Amino acid sequence: MFGLNSKDTKLLLVVIALTMLAPFILNPFPEGSAMAQFNGGYPDLMQRLVIFGIFAIGFNILFGLTGYLSFGHAAFLGVGSYAAIWMMKLLTMNVIPAIMISVLVAGLFSLLVGWISLRRSGIYFSILTLAFAQMSYSLAYSVLTPITGGETGLQPKINDPRILDGALAAGETPRANLFGLEMGSSYEMTFGNWVFTFNAGYYIAAVVMILAFYLSIRIFRSPFGMMLRAVKSNQQRLNYTGLNAKPYTLAAFVISGMYAGLAGGLLVAMDTQVGAERMFWTASGEVVLMTILGGAGTLIGPVLGAGFIKYMENIVSKINKTVLEQWFAFMPDGIEDFIITIVYPFVGKGWHLTLGLLFMLVVIFLPGGLVQGGQKVFGLFRRKKASDEKTDGKTTPAE
Amino acid sequence: MDAIILQILNGLDKGSAYALIALGLTLIFGTLGVVNFAHGALFMIGAFCAVTLSRLLSLSHEVAVEGEVDFLGNPMMKDVPYIYDIFGEATGAAIIDWSVPLSILFAIPVMVAIGFIMERGLIQHFYKRPHADQILVTFGLAIVLQEIIKYFYGANPIPTPAPAAFTGSFDFGAVLGFDPNTIIYPYWRLVYFAFAAIIIGAVFAFLQFTTFGMVVRAGMADRETVGLLGINIDKRFTIMFGIAAAVAGLAGVMYTPINSPNYHMGMDFLVLSFVVVVVGGMGSLPGAVLAGFLLGVLESFASMGAVLEVLPGINQIIIYLVAIVILLTRPRGLMGRKGVMEE
Amino acid sequence: MGILEVKNVGKRFGGLQALGDVNLSVAERSVHAIIGPNGAGKSTLLNCLVGKLIPDTGSVMFDGQSVLGRKPHQINQMGISRVFQTPEIFGDLSVLENMMIPCFAKRDGSFGLNAITNVMSEKDVVASAEHMLEDMNMADKREMQASSLSRGDKRRLEIGMCLSQQPRLLLLDEPTAGMARADTNNTIDLLKQISDERDITIAIIEHDMHVVFSLAQRITVLAQGTPLVEDTPDNIKGHPKVREAYLGETQTAA
Repeated sequence: MFGLNSKDTKLLLVVIALTMLAPFILNPFPEGSAMAQFNGGYPDLMQRLVIFGIFAIGFNILFGLTGYLSFGHAAFLGVGSYAAIWMMKLLTMNVIPAIMISVLVAGLFSLLVGWISLRRSGIYFSILTLAFAQMSYSLAYSVLTPITGGETGLQPKINDPRILDGALAAGETPRANLFGLEMGSSYEMTFGNWVFTFNAGYYIAAVVMILAFYLSIRIFRSPFGMMLRAVKSNQQRLNYTGLNAKPYTLAAFVISGMYAGLAGGLLVAMDTQVGAERMFWTASGEVVLMTILGGAGTLIGPVLGAGFIKYMENIVSKINKTVLEQWFAFMPDGIEDFIITIVYPFVGKGWHLTLGLLFMLVVIFLPGGLVQGGQKVFGLFRRKKASDEKTDGKTTPAE
Repeated sequence: MDAIILQILNGLDKGSAYALIALGLTLIFGTLGVVNFAHGALFMIGAFCAVTLSRLLSLSHEVAVEGEVDFLGNPMMKDVPYIYDIFGEATGAAIIDWSVPLSILFAIPVMVAIGFIMERGLIQHFYKRPHADQILVTFGLAIVLQEIIKYFYGANPIPTPAPAAFTGSFDFGAVLGFDPNTIIYPYWRLVYFAFAAIIIGAVFAFLQFTTFGMVVRAGMADRETVGLLGINIDKRFTIMFGIAAAVAGLAGVMYTPINSPNYHMGMDFLVLSFVVVVVGGMGSLPGAVLAGFLLGVLESFASMGAVLEVLPGINQIIIYLVAIVILLTRPRGLMGRKGVMEE
Repeated sequence: MGILEVKNVGKRFGGLQALGDVNLSVAERSVHAIIGPNGAGKSTLLNCLVGKLIPDTGSVMFDGQSVLGRKPHQINQMGISRVFQTPEIFGDLSVLENMMIPCFAKRDGSFGLNAITNVMSEKDVVASAEHMLEDMNMADKREMQASSLSRGDKRRLEIGMCLSQQPRLLLLDEPTAGMARADTNNTIDLLKQISDERDITIAIIEHDMHVVFSLAQRITVLAQGTPLVEDTPDNIKGHPKVREAYLGETQTAA
């Protein structure tokens, strides 16, 4: 289906199902229960889940396929965001032009950065991309303030020109919309004690993510994708097979830059503001974390990694001492205090500590990320099942 | 002229920090072949060694002040550091005042121990893995280390003053024959520069004049051959890692009066130090030191008002610009060896 | 006029003159071996032919066109394929994918941005890759990951990859180095078969005299960066200058 083989089609359908049903999946706890604060099914978080999914899918096309580790991809996300917000200020609050221009501008910028950075490989490439990103960040913060808003950032104002939109009435705030459908509008469904929120912005972002994911499957399975894997595997052989590695890696770099720009544009479409901090190099580090944690070079890995990190960030950072006390209340006092003392540094504000540790563990023991971990567990389970069947005396027919 | 001298001086302290961190990075890279993204965290931990010692020294207990009562009629209490009880008030106060320099003694064993644990516990398993994996795992470690510090010390910068004797400024203008007060330079920054020079000199002397250093240098040039000679190079490299950690830590200790330590200072310096290493040439110790000072001074020149008028914002990006130009025109950096880190 | 004409090529590394003044002419559709003791400059010469090194002096003409100053991939597209001393293949890819990459290079040139169609729906490329796998007797291994192949199979795969580009000149750099006797003989048979059945010129750098004398029609002996003699295998065998150059190494040539 859709030009994919059956395995990839299944994967795509799983992703479609997960994103479409996210308002249910992320809201497992009934309203008013003690666990309700851990529900993730609110628009803001759901939007970020899919948008960072797009960012990571794009990063994976570069890092997962070619092995070139960029430490500067947040720059493209940031540039895309700025381009989008200017569209909203100058042209219209409709998100379509904003998103299109963000992809275009990020693509051009990544063409420039990639053209220079890809003259080097290995660690030098990483440092060059990092240098470019830090430069963009510093400039956005200082000299480029007229364009970027500096420290305060940018957001649409009531008196922006917006030549395609009609003038706003006094007191009205400009809202991002898709032909009149506002990104912020939601429909709430109540089911017993459960409340599920269906947000327009989320579903638009989710559809974009599904398209982005579908495109990445096509790229992975294409001759181009195969060449990118060949770059990672043995660049020397590729050169001596008459293929020029440079345009391949540059194309991959620009495609991943455009994905980052798309994510940046969508971020603006959802909350209509942008600041330079989203270009800081830790933001570039975050997309690296997402991709590796999920499984670099796999199709679904980056989506899982982005979802996992953003969701856990939300959950774990909400756990405080009171919550821990509730959880461990059944234990005798001494042990309870002891356990809480141990767990406490890793939750709440300590989320980054947990993330750092998790990331180290994955790099050390599971270079293939969560996807590889899942496969291992699944394989173990299957082998066990197979041996169980044997001991039961049942024989499987030979194939 | 006086403005130029002032900018050179201003660049020296930052340049010293870059040079010290880049020196350690290069030592680790040159000997172990590992790209250590956690090196900035070692600098940060060093700074917090100074914070810790100054807090330990100031630990106090309450003592009633004789003959005075507060408004409720209870005896007036005041905090007296334990150290006063041991050494008497005058000496005790001096010790607290000098806590930053004293922290050097405290930081050396701590940093060497951390270096050993890091190398034996983690880094050694990554010698044979790709550089990307080394970057990733040390990046994770850097996050973990800075979060641990944040947990114990909070997110805000902690002012850690230099000894009172060094709080003033030195008037270079008067000494060098310019107008007084044109070139004013804080004493502590002079101390920092001198300290950096001594440490750098010590590291080079150690590598140049000891047998240990000779073996390490040989190992940097050709690890396999040295291994074949039956020399246990790994053990020496572990020690080198400890030394590199100590150098970064000491750079952090002495930097505390210049910039109040916070948990993310390591990352801030790391990115720039990496750029310094690349400019100097991956694996070249003199290159790292040279590039450190050069970029520090360059950054300081770029911050001059006259320069900023012509090229606004250049001070923010000058280091990155230089790095990009150097990498594109001299891929091996200023003094790099051939073939290092090139695939 | 040979298909490959090397004239007055010299290359210096610092104080070391790796190649002095090399002249070499490889006749079309022949098998030409370049032999010489260690450090004779064989690998340097080869690297000058494929664009990895640029000689300081002289010219290298392939089929009437200069290769100097061109990048390796451009020289390859001119019709020169190279087999490495240790097999260079795409270890992470499957055997079939390995074989498809040169087929794409042959069909689409040095860059193609086809990022949408499924690679397996490129029927002509798949067919020619499968055909070559059959020629190499590797059809049963097509789904294996290339890095898990035996050394002999890696070598076969690499040679097959080079052949599937239908090069006019195949350069081999010690193709049997480190191989067991049986594998070496298989490789010799394979190369014989290739040179008999295909319209191809083979230049081979080799240490193993057994391989050289079983394959070559013409031999150039290189010593200290300059060609000592060039002649037929029979004449080379008893040549006093060659014995001199190989003093201490002749035993292996028996």
